[in-house]
Amino acid sequence: MPRDFAHLSDEAVVALAARGEETALAELYDRYGRVAYGLAVRILRDQSLAEDAVQEAFLAVWRSADRFMPERAKASTWILTLVHRRAVDLVRREERRRTDPLEVVAPASGDAADEATWLRFERERVQDALKLLPDPQREALELAYYGGFTQSELAERLGQPLGTVKSRMFAGLSRLRQLLGDPTPTEESWQPRSTS
Amino acid sequence: MAAEIHELTAPYALDALDELEEREFEEHLRGCGDCRSELTALSEAASALAYAVDAPAPAPALRGRILDAARRERSNVVPFRSRRIAVGASAVAALAAAVALAFGLWANSLSNSLDAERSANGVLRDPTAQSTPLSGASGRLVRAESGDAVLVVSSLRPSPPGKTYEIWVAPGGRPLRAGLFEAESGGAVVRLSERVPAGAKVMVTLERDGGVDAPTGKPLFIAAT
Repeated sequence: MPRDFAHLSDEAVVALAARGEETALAELYDRYGRVAYGLAVRILRDQSLAEDAVQEAFLAVWRSADRFMPERAKASTWILTLVHRRAVDLVRREERRRTDPLEVVAPASGDAADEATWLRFERERVQDALKLLPDPQREALELAYYGGFTQSELAERLGQPLGTVKSRMFAGLSRLRQLLGDPTPTEESWQPRSTS
Repeated sequence: MAAEIHELTAPYALDALDELEEREFEEHLRGCGDCRSELTALSEAASALAYAVDAPAPAPALRGRILDAARRERSNVVPFRSRRIAVGASAVAALAAAVALAFGLWANSLSNSLDAERSANGVLRDPTAQSTPLSGASGRLVRAESGDAVLVVSSLRPSPPGKTYEIWVAPGGRPLRAGLFEAESGGAVVRLSERVPAGAKVMVTLERDGGVDAPTGKPLFIAAT
């Protein structure tokens, strides 16, 4: 299928999807389907459930594209929020989160070549930023975002007061935003890293 | 609770509230501009976490399934559904509503300098706007009832050095200048600077940089509204 909309911004493609352009939905899937599925698999640890979550999220994009307000949020944030919300709903229902959420899903092998360069770059950028967070903050973000734990469950699991968990989440997200938003290292954020 | 509820922005952005907390926080968001701005920023950071996952690619068939399901929704045909998909269909409505609520409440814009494209989006999102295919190029002209119009053109070569694409609105008489574009990335979405009366033609020519007052060559492509 030709990618007629390849040159358009995400927000313009969403606007075309709102007009019922099926190729616009295809374009959004081609841009974010892989990230969406990767996220859903990480949360759900089940390929079939992950496919359900991704399908439902993209159908929600299709159905509510006309209500999306590009001046209020990035389209990619909206799409990934839909995927995340659905995957978390499912994992809570399935009680699958009892498996250790810090365990890393086996990385894909063999299909790395077809992964878009921007995606690999983005993954490394976010992984690098995560490594710069203090351990308790990173742990809170990972257990909540990938594990689907609520703040109360996290407090219990970590043996910490709820207030501590909330402030770790807040500090972690704020720091992550700062690290990702500013491509030039500041004195505060720069740390020597060994090359491997 | 009132003093503490501001602290729920981060857990909300991470989907880490239980149902009751979530409802309470959404209620609070309606009246709290500070939390809305904070949520905009924190949600963007939270969704960046999605990129850090190193996971296998989805099965190629998933793309087709999603597009088939989307097509069925649009055509309003009641399809045969497996139990699994039927469960999904009801979830889609709830999901769209839940997240639209969260996003619809966001008051502050993210940094995005694409003002022109945003105003183009207004026309593209207008359900009453008419879409006319281009002849001579791949794309369409989308025209609102007011005459505000957006040209969407794809698979177009960038204009050569010293040249620019110029849009013209021809209501019947002399063509009126309606904007310039370069197609730098192989296409363009351009809000026309001139309104398009019903029945008018919209044409694009290649002109020297800065544009000209009247077209000098044959139109490269045309939309007849």
